[in-house]
Amino acid sequence: MKKIMVGLKRVVDYNVRIRVKPDGSGVITDGVKMSINPFDEIALEEALRIKERGEAEEVIAVSIGPADAQQQLRTGLAMGADRAILVQTDELVESLDAARTLLKLIEKESPELVIVGKQAIDDDNGQTGAMLAALWDRPQATCVSEVTFADGKATVTREVDSGLETIEVDLPAVLTADLRLNEPRYVKLPDIMKAKRKPLETVSMEDLGVALEPQLKIVKTDPPAQRQKGVMVEDVDGLISALKDKGLL
Amino acid sequence: MGRILIIAEHDGSTLNSSTSKCVSCATGIENDGIDIVVFATSGADIASQAAGLAGVAKVLHVDNEANAKPLAAIIAPQVAAMAEPYSHILGPSTTFGKDLMPRVAGLLGVGQVSDIMTVIGPYTFQRPTYAGEAIITVEASADRKLVATVRSASYKTAASGGSAAVEALSVDANLPTHTRYGELKAAASDRPDLQTASRVICGGRALGSKENFDMVFKLADKLGAAVGATRAAVDAGYVPNETQVGQTGKIIAPELYIAFGISGAIQHVTGIKDAGTIVAVNKDAEAPIFEMADIGLVADLFTVIPELESKLG
Repeated sequence: MKKIMVGLKRVVDYNVRIRVKPDGSGVITDGVKMSINPFDEIALEEALRIKERGEAEEVIAVSIGPADAQQQLRTGLAMGADRAILVQTDELVESLDAARTLLKLIEKESPELVIVGKQAIDDDNGQTGAMLAALWDRPQATCVSEVTFADGKATVTREVDSGLETIEVDLPAVLTADLRLNEPRYVKLPDIMKAKRKPLETVSMEDLGVALEPQLKIVKTDPPAQRQKGVMVEDVDGLISALKDKGLL
Repeated sequence: MGRILIIAEHDGSTLNSSTSKCVSCATGIENDGIDIVVFATSGADIASQAAGLAGVAKVLHVDNEANAKPLAAIIAPQVAAMAEPYSHILGPSTTFGKDLMPRVAGLLGVGQVSDIMTVIGPYTFQRPTYAGEAIITVEASADRKLVATVRSASYKTAASGGSAAVEALSVDANLPTHTRYGELKAAASDRPDLQTASRVICGGRALGSKENFDMVFKLADKLGAAVGATRAAVDAGYVPNETQVGQTGKIIAPELYIAFGISGAIQHVTGIKDAGTIVAVNKDAEAPIFEMADIGLVADLFTVIPELESKLG
């Protein structure tokens, strides 16, 4: 393979306690730590490992988002991506528009492989990878926990509800990374310094000829319904009788 | 109003209960009829199972050797080719639906609403974001087809007793050859299915080893329960991936859920919020899971599990 393209989404960090704004207009993101979507980080790690095995020549990290998403791309470059492209926009980009945007980048870069996370931990939509594969008219392998390459094909293990499924796809293809695909590396300080000199190109939606077409209006954001705090029991006998009281034993 | 199409999930012989839950969701959307489509090699039998779900108007089966296995790249173009009469196209938010439906949406050039938990109006739905920490109300445009997945844990199975018409349908679509099915490696198990079990016992990393997890399985067998696990327990190799419950695993809604040695990270608890009764056993009294447990016991799981097992006779 010559090129692998990896999508990195800037999201609220995994460890941040999410708070819904009192007026229901969204969640609080001001002053909140932002990171690479963890599944996208796994996607990048996999691309880097493929390259380090000598099976790919270049890894391009791309993101769609505000100017600040450069931070996540710099982290991606520090992890080992060769260059980065930010499609800069302050608009909320829906999955289909993200897929249309990535398709434009694919047309420019002609990668043999695109890897994204199986879902982003902010909207939890889990759509972009499969939508991109549909628009690109290429194979998809979602929820990937293992992948090997031979003869222009990828053999992929997918985590499905009933176990582990293997499929074979011709390249080019889109993969979406699941948790157990790999454990991403830690970024070392010298790599952060080196990453500052790697190319990071910024383009606009207009440059790519993409007009956003929002279709899904978020009317309101609510905190989840809270469960009532229950009773504490002292011992196993107390547990058994509490379960019997509820008719569960 | 329009017609609703539901994509059936099955294993080649039996209809998955997630399809029935899609029907329950669909009945809450104003419609001119709910149809189900079965993609299989010969789907008449599965179609007749679907025809028994109350509220279904018609079940179509598209028989084709290419439909032997559930490959999104093969099924999606067939769905797109038959989409014309439908205003809504629904699938389950299982790994089958999560793989298939966005590809269908992509082919149709429409957005997707993932994980419908509540129907507010024909194009307005509630769905969870941020691991269930923020519930959004989303309004899709009424002048496009709506593609969506249905969060199974939010719906009960549809009643039986339906008698929908069953029809074979031939679909004219170009099927790609770029994607080929290999095999499914499933751990053989005669235990109840995690997603449909009325009782589930879950273990966390506190179990400490694969061998210790056997205690959980023994207790589960006694209770007729399915076994689930946290991501940490799966990552540690104690149990297989398909047991993972939470944001990125399975979302479950059993009548009884018992957590052993689970602290209650939001990424896990989002998968159990719809359980009828939540029981938590943890030796750390400060564990966040106690905030949401109906019954809590601060104790060492290594003494509780054997004691519970013996006392349950």
